[in-house]
Amino acid sequence: MDLKYKNKKISGILTVLPSKEVSFEDGIENYNFSLAKSMKLKLAMGYNKRRIVEDGVCSSDLAIHGLKHLIDSKHLDKNDIDALLFVSQSPDHFMPPTSNIIQGELELKHEMLCLDINQGCAGFIIGLQQAFMLLDQDAIKKVVLINADVLSPKVSIRDRNSNPLIGDAASITIVEKTPESNEIYSSILMNGSEAKVLQIPAGGFRMPSTQETSTMKEDSSGNYRSLDNLVMEGDKVFNFVQAEVPPIIDRVLNISGKSKKEIDYYLFHQPNRFMLQKLADKIGVDRDKLPSNIVENFGNASGVSIPTNICYNLGESLVSNKYNVCLSGFGVGLTWGAMVMELGKLDFNMIIEF
Amino acid sequence: MEDRVKSILKEIQPEFDFAVHVNFIEEGMLDSFDMINLVTSLDEEFEISIDGMDILPENFSSVEAIVKLVQKTK
Repeated sequence: MDLKYKNKKISGILTVLPSKEVSFEDGIENYNFSLAKSMKLKLAMGYNKRRIVEDGVCSSDLAIHGLKHLIDSKHLDKNDIDALLFVSQSPDHFMPPTSNIIQGELELKHEMLCLDINQGCAGFIIGLQQAFMLLDQDAIKKVVLINADVLSPKVSIRDRNSNPLIGDAASITIVEKTPESNEIYSSILMNGSEAKVLQIPAGGFRMPSTQETSTMKEDSSGNYRSLDNLVMEGDKVFNFVQAEVPPIIDRVLNISGKSKKEIDYYLFHQPNRFMLQKLADKIGVDRDKLPSNIVENFGNASGVSIPTNICYNLGESLVSNKYNVCLSGFGVGLTWGAMVMELGKLDFNMIIEF
Repeated sequence: MEDRVKSILKEIQPEFDFAVHVNFIEEGMLDSFDMINLVTSLDEEFEISIDGMDILPENFSSVEAIVKLVQKTK
């Protein structure tokens, strides 16, 4: 599905990272792997450092911290928020919506929309699409898009498929109307028949958590995890990304009328460096234009990895400059999407710690 | 090329004698992470970029299969 938007813009991005940093070496003894093999894995995949929350910290805590920072620093007037979108796979509770909890904590006005969206790796693309659509309403002039995930507590420390890459983070993106006639192009595709290649089997209503679902079992590769843990069929996810992402990049570029060379940066979701470098080669763009350094520095925080990528790699330069960017997120769902837009002259583009 | 491939395999899995095995994957000599390491080493050694869609077990099951993959990618 192709979507087009006009007179909308991103005016600021803030990423909130937990201050707790762990290294790949911290977890090596938990993996059923030789030291030599683990170190080779580290080099190939780009595993290094990552940020995770302390026990008990939830997604809303990171989001509220970031919003308070923006309000206190006068980057955001809380009375201007007409809609608050919370995109996450780790809500504070099944009910009420976490977006309402955030609204209440910050004492935001009642004349607004709060909406939770359950999305992961493509959550930034999905969130932006929803924000742009809401802005077609006269009553909505400014949308606060929150991407937040705290999934580290759901990953088995004895699962070398997932544990070395998982990170926690939140981002706040301010999306608003603009009189400028800039056009934004996006494509989105979904395939729910493969939804279970990336899932947390237990803990919902289909399979409530019990003592049995918390029992650790060894898989065929020597990883230990329980049904309460996140499970990723890495080879299937890798093949999905290599097969589906290059065509959607071609597709979104085609509808935007831009060539690959006209794009200054390809800012993608970042599961691991190996996958990103293979994608860059397959798409036919310079690896320098498609950064792959987020996992090695902060870990993969799902839908937050694109905004982290933008804040970390472009930082202050996005306050004074504008760039043609191609964004892409892919994963849980399975969902894959891309967006081409002019991004820049932001009011802020920064990272803070929680 | 075959010798260079064998040398890379030896580096990745020094404990195995790749000359005496028929199918590296079925015999458990290479797992998915070994394949990633192998692809990284082959890319560097032969200055190529193996297509992500070609990272399939059958392309790493023998020295002959790996040589064929490198030749196809070049």
